[in-house]
Amino acid sequence: MQPWILPTHQEITALELSLNVALRSVVFSLPPAILVAWVLTRGRFLGKTLLDAVVHLPLVLPPVAVGYILLLLFGTRGPIGGWLDRSFGIVLIFTRNGAALATAVMSFPLMVRAIRISLENVDRGLEDAARTLGAGPFDRFISVTLPLMLPGLLAGAITAFSAALGEFGAVITFVSNIPGETQTLPLALYSALQEPGGEHAAARLAVMSVVLGLGGLLLSEWFARRVRRVLGR
Amino acid sequence: MSLKVAVEKRFESFALDVTFDAPTPGVVALFGPSGCGKSMTINIIAGLLVPDRGKISLDDGVLLDTARQVAVAAERRGIGYVFQDARLFPHLNVASNLKYAQRRARRAPYVSLERVLSLLDLEPLLERRVHQLSGGERQRVAIGRALLSQPRLLLLDEPLAALDRERREEVLPYLETLRDQLSIPMIYVSHQFDEVLRLATDIVLMQSGKVAAEGSITQMSLDPKLRALIGPDAVGAVLDGTVIGEDAASRLVRVRVGDGEIRVEAALLAAGTRLRVQLLARDVIVSTRAPQYLSVRNSLQGVVTSVEDDGEGSDLIAIDIGAGASILARVTHAATRELAVANGIPVWALIKAVSLRGHSFPAPSPASASRPPLARGTAT
Repeated sequence: MQPWILPTHQEITALELSLNVALRSVVFSLPPAILVAWVLTRGRFLGKTLLDAVVHLPLVLPPVAVGYILLLLFGTRGPIGGWLDRSFGIVLIFTRNGAALATAVMSFPLMVRAIRISLENVDRGLEDAARTLGAGPFDRFISVTLPLMLPGLLAGAITAFSAALGEFGAVITFVSNIPGETQTLPLALYSALQEPGGEHAAARLAVMSVVLGLGGLLLSEWFARRVRRVLGR
Repeated sequence: MSLKVAVEKRFESFALDVTFDAPTPGVVALFGPSGCGKSMTINIIAGLLVPDRGKISLDDGVLLDTARQVAVAAERRGIGYVFQDARLFPHLNVASNLKYAQRRARRAPYVSLERVLSLLDLEPLLERRVHQLSGGERQRVAIGRALLSQPRLLLLDEPLAALDRERREEVLPYLETLRDQLSIPMIYVSHQFDEVLRLATDIVLMQSGKVAAEGSITQMSLDPKLRALIGPDAVGAVLDGTVIGEDAASRLVRVRVGDGEIRVEAALLAAGTRLRVQLLARDVIVSTRAPQYLSVRNSLQGVVTSVEDDGEGSDLIAIDIGAGASILARVTHAATRELAVANGIPVWALIKAVSLRGHSFPAPSPASASRPPLARGTAT
């Protein structure tokens, strides 16, 4: 009989799965988020407002609705999901890859917002200076813009990571609640609450969530401060 | 060889229409009041701003020709730019800022990193971060960085404007060194006439988006439009003189200007050294007779070529002192009348004792021999 304070194997699995899913969702959505933030900040084109609205949609829709839309699009019979299945044998529904996709979609607007703000704060004059020194567009972006965006970029990534850890509605709707495959921390917490006598399990999972969230926020703050010091701000 | 600029750009409340032709190498001052379009003009030359219409060519290369749809990208123009606010990269230290430019240089290097470090005294700053630099140090690094991109032309947009007087004095000598030791053409934007005097070989005078006048600094020092801009107390002829030698008795340096000679207080310079002197109009006294019994030692003989009201209650008298040189004297209306000063009459210009505020130069290197160094101030 183990003491009630120690998490069970299944709960550890849920924690690992949460970290795995959140990490992958952030890593894979970071490049497109930078691209979208760039386009929304610097681009001038027709339909910019529409793109802005679409990107922000997950923020205002019920997460369950987002999960449902993903189900329609990425289900094995959906237009994208069907194609992925036929062409590459990739199945997203009821898998941890699907969980990563759902969390990525949900945290995407948060990431884009943070990156956009940091991009708006980059002094265009420094990019001009880089130009006069012979740096082409891509070179300028990599050597000047990106490093100057770094504080906002990291803050955005960490916020998105923390939010991804807690994503519930879209995940449970899209990939269901399968222990060991798609049952992330919040889903495990929900299941524990559904079972009689699951209070201890729920408490342990809640504590884990708090520690993770707090850790993320502190890490983000520490990093931002460090970068600011390097840049002398 | 020259930089030819003819560009137009229209905004809602401002129209830029600038045409000038600047010799290279040389230091051309783009001079004019704030908001006259100076910075806009050099941004167009740099390629950071696109004009509505126009043509820019540097030596034998076309940088922009809207009629032929040629527009070389800023990063390919090979034009260095020193911004008013330095614009050093805050995420890099000084050494990395310099290397940033060095690595991206598109021409065979003509200035080495070692040369830049020694010319601008940057060695002690290399490991510093940008925010640990003073304003003057920042500009020195910015100048060094621009040079390491091996530019064909260096644009300087009021590089000293953000600095206090002391810091300006700290950076100015470095700019003079660049002018004298590297024969890199420069366009120097400023609204400070004393900086222009110390650095420039030519002036393009701008007013509300247009070129009001242009010419060598000697010609321009007599130009009424420039006079109007710098105020009556700064008006005065700038002359290119030649050192004759030292006056043994007074230990002053004898300088030939026009057909005459003045003596100035300066470090001993080799005979033949060209020296730029400014004779402020307010420091010149006019006499219609050969001066006698006077304490003023410097006098130049000449012929009056014009007398005009300077709009400040005095007359400005232009005197031809021979060899194509002219000087200006400011005299009250009453004095002009009493002396019956008029065009064509011979006069003596007496230059009051004023100490020399400028600096002395080493003997010029062959590359800069055509550009006379400047000794600001008047003769003794």
